[in-house]
Amino acid sequence: MNVKGKVFKYGDNVDTDVIIPARYLNSSEPAELAAHCMEDIDKDFIKKVKKGDLMVARKNFGCGSSREHAPIAIKAAGVSCVIAETFARIFYRNAINIGLPIIECPEAAAGIEAGDEVEVDFDSGLIKNLTRGTSFQGQAFPEFMQKIIASGGLIPYINSQEA
Amino acid sequence: MKMGMTMTQKILAAAAGLETVEAGQLIEAKLDLVLGNDITSPVAIKEMDKMKVKGVFDKDKIALVPDHFVPNKDIKSAEHCKCVREFARKNEITNYFEVGEMGIEHALLPERGLTVAGDVIIGADSHTCTYGALGAFSTGVGSTDMAAGMATGKAWFKVPSAIRFHITGKPGKWVGGKDVILHIIGMIGVDGALYKSMEFVGDGIQNLSMDDRFTIANMAIEAGGKNGIFPVDEVAEAYMKEHSSRPYKTYTADEDAVYDAEYTIDLSTLRPTVAFPHLPENTHTIDEIKEPISIDQVVIGSCTNGRLEDMRAAAAVLKGRHVAKGVRCIVIPATQNIYMQAMEEGLLKIFIEAGAVVSTPTCGPCLGGYMGILAEGERCISTTNRNFVGRMGHVKSEIYLASPAVAAASAVMGRIADPDQV
Repeated sequence: MNVKGKVFKYGDNVDTDVIIPARYLNSSEPAELAAHCMEDIDKDFIKKVKKGDLMVARKNFGCGSSREHAPIAIKAAGVSCVIAETFARIFYRNAINIGLPIIECPEAAAGIEAGDEVEVDFDSGLIKNLTRGTSFQGQAFPEFMQKIIASGGLIPYINSQEA
Repeated sequence: MKMGMTMTQKILAAAAGLETVEAGQLIEAKLDLVLGNDITSPVAIKEMDKMKVKGVFDKDKIALVPDHFVPNKDIKSAEHCKCVREFARKNEITNYFEVGEMGIEHALLPERGLTVAGDVIIGADSHTCTYGALGAFSTGVGSTDMAAGMATGKAWFKVPSAIRFHITGKPGKWVGGKDVILHIIGMIGVDGALYKSMEFVGDGIQNLSMDDRFTIANMAIEAGGKNGIFPVDEVAEAYMKEHSSRPYKTYTADEDAVYDAEYTIDLSTLRPTVAFPHLPENTHTIDEIKEPISIDQVVIGSCTNGRLEDMRAAAAVLKGRHVAKGVRCIVIPATQNIYMQAMEEGLLKIFIEAGAVVSTPTCGPCLGGYMGILAEGERCISTTNRNFVGRMGHVKSEIYLASPAVAAASAVMGRIADPDQV
């Protein structure tokens, strides 16, 4: 599967409180959460983001709270993939569990800038920066996680195991 | 040759029914407890509805604690709480805690004896790592993991490697668990233990109370850690015997266990420590603060520092003194039991006479929910665990993290202050 889009670029330690501030956690509706996604560090994000766009960040993306509302908000905003140098571990689990594709790739996190057009092939883990004509090899998921992703998340995966 | 296992790895191996495990291995482990709160449970309940398996795996091994926006802060929060309450009723969840018996989850569950050594616990709250203080493996997950855990009683884990911290010495008068963990986060950074266990060992641990250890394990997540864990000594055993009737199991790391890194922390060298905005790793000792930092608000409470010893430390500083004019000081005992004990010991009277307010148990201000939201440009010193941008209110407000003693001293002085200098 391939995705292609424009990049929104962020730095180190983007925490879940800025991805979706707790003042909006009295809701769990994806569209409502998406409307406030990133607003504390990037007010324009939700106005500019188009379906299929990507987020690229440096280290420890998604640190802080365990709120699944964070990857839910990003996914509902239309983001097709998040690439980072490293992810905080609960965010990593949550993203996989809800079916938001994420890739750890330090080289891509360094070699992609805001506004670049990027294409990602999830099967091979290949990340192409179409704007700069460069490419990066992202880490492939272990087989077990590939199955969860292929099923569309943890719940459908468990349902398929029970069948 | 078989490699030695860390304490965490031994617990995970046992829960997975395996003789040995090694770092990086993917395992499926049996769960002793699955936890959720009023923010994360509604999302989990929605996910459970999509599952083929109906009902929960064990009604006694699930804990539902509405504590974040409770007593309900607005209509939407009330709807979330109602969703959790109805789910608990329908599934006859034994450990559902309504207003009146609830407390902040990570203070409440050990107090109720629901977490003991050797347990494998997941909670849809990042500070679930708190129970490592009792020698359990416990870690934060999201709502979907919680849903799967409630339905199947199992969770998948990637076996973590570990960092070992040798604790030595005895802490000085105003140095406690919060200073130890802030010092460590300052040293290794907010991703210094990413994906790893933080294992604490050494004879200095005997000089740390159970409440100190809960505070330290609680903030393992603030260093990116998967879990923080303490050996089970007489102090931990006495706590579990007092609070729980459940049998516990003690695990110790193999002598030849391998660690990614090792650090020694001499408690006698530590000083009261403050984390500056906007990351817990931006630490300074109280002595390094030369310019006065004025404050508008003080919060003393949370899953990190809302326990009885925290109340006592704050009261020791506030006794016979008064909160500085223009400063709001909010004290939040973490559970009803702590509230009651603080009342019986006369601590609440000290707080009220000092001009502080005392709230019912809630996570409220820690995550900018309610009960102490900051306006633009305001500054708060707080005993909570995160000082991210906008965490307690306006994007342009600031949070300084510190111990209850430093927070109380700061309330009196109207600026960040050393408890020895009030």
